[in-house]
Amino acid sequence: MINIGVLALQGAVREHVRALEASDVHVIPVKKVEQLEELDGLVFPGGESTTMRRLINKYGFYEPLKEFASKGKPIFGTCAGAILMAKELVGHTEPHIAVMDMKVERNAFGRQRESFETVLKVNGIGNDVPGVFIRAPIIQEVGDGVEVLAEFEGEIVAAQQGPFLACSYHPELTDDNRMHQYFVNIVRKNTVHA
Amino acid sequence: MVKQTGTDLVKRGMAEMQKGGVIMDVVNAEQAKIAEEAGAVAVMALERVPSDIRAAGGVARMADPTIVEEVQNAVSIPVMAKCRIGHIVEARVLEAMGVDYIDESEVLTPADEVYHLYKRDFTVPFVCGARDIGEATRRIAEGASMIRTKGEPGTGNIVEAVRHMRMMQAQIKKVISMSEDELMTEAKNTGSPYEVLQEIKRTGQLPVVNFAAGGVATPADAALMMQLGADGVFVGSGIFKSDNPEKFARAIVEATTHYQDYALIVELSKNLGTAMKGIEISTLEQKDRMQERGW
Repeated sequence: MINIGVLALQGAVREHVRALEASDVHVIPVKKVEQLEELDGLVFPGGESTTMRRLINKYGFYEPLKEFASKGKPIFGTCAGAILMAKELVGHTEPHIAVMDMKVERNAFGRQRESFETVLKVNGIGNDVPGVFIRAPIIQEVGDGVEVLAEFEGEIVAAQQGPFLACSYHPELTDDNRMHQYFVNIVRKNTVHA
Repeated sequence: MVKQTGTDLVKRGMAEMQKGGVIMDVVNAEQAKIAEEAGAVAVMALERVPSDIRAAGGVARMADPTIVEEVQNAVSIPVMAKCRIGHIVEARVLEAMGVDYIDESEVLTPADEVYHLYKRDFTVPFVCGARDIGEATRRIAEGASMIRTKGEPGTGNIVEAVRHMRMMQAQIKKVISMSEDELMTEAKNTGSPYEVLQEIKRTGQLPVVNFAAGGVATPADAALMMQLGADGVFVGSGIFKSDNPEKFARAIVEATTHYQDYALIVELSKNLGTAMKGIEISTLEQKDRMQERGW
């Protein structure tokens, strides 16, 4: 069975664990760097990106996470997780883990009162995917080699670059596990090739 | 495509994203920046921290909007603010300002001695204090999207938060293990809405996140509350009433993340300077016990 980790420094960890387990994989909440060794794929959950980044630095996750990505191991980031993955952040000089060629804007829809639910068409998944956007970011621009998977009101809200998958919304908060299933398939393919 | 704001999922989901984190009370932009830098997941913008509210006496109200705005402009993490229990207009004012979460709080002087807000009417989510499953489920039925223990705010004494968390956890476990025919009497005895108890029994958990609040003064206090089952921690007076707020704030964030790493908590607790001066609960008169507020 393949092992997928959920970075468990802060945020909605339990929900990702539940959604991944529905795809019949072994899920590991990751609190220590050593745990990265045994993983075939990793999820950056939703939460507060500034808090997660502080804890990533504090516990020496920064370099190991970059290394994890450079080996081509799959990563899936939702909301704050997508912010961690972007190579460029609007209004910030330095990105975080920087694994995907995309420019992300934080809190792009406004404050919490502007948070919303909708239904999205996501390429390769379906045209009825629930999208729960909470103080969500948008993907302003993507580079070559990045495939746009979903848009909402003309803004990119899901994208994939090889083994890396990012979305602005929170599939982990719904009972619809198709986004996670999609990621698990990326991990399975990647594990076969490796 | 339809776009729905203010749904249960969106409001409760916001609180889910705060899990494992620390929410800090701040009274100005400078403190808010210290909190954000230390890794707080949100800040609570206030005119005074609870221990100063206690000291000042008189009527405690919603903060001046200038303070809330100043904090909103200073940080990118969510900003919460408190309104008085039952004060519909204070809540609407905070909502209009774009506050990310409202705390209908017993720390302020209640505006209504009978009714809490009907929180389902609002787009903004609410957090409310509770001491037991009855208070928690009544607030949830009114529309609260997040619960926190009341503890005894502004005392720097963890004993009441512990009492409330243990009580809620024990009552939740009891409901989960009950048979269907026992549930209605449990609802009557605990003052809990029947439907919310049914949901707890069905899902095996409270329908919203449950943070600890009211008396957290040290990193070990924060870790203790996590160990007792809290989803995260509110720290009120504890941080900015300590000798070294920056260091204290960082230590509390780390102790909350790694609440079972005792060797780490040893290091975090070293040379933190003096924590806030606490108050022994038995020396508080009944009228000064904020946790008695709410119905």
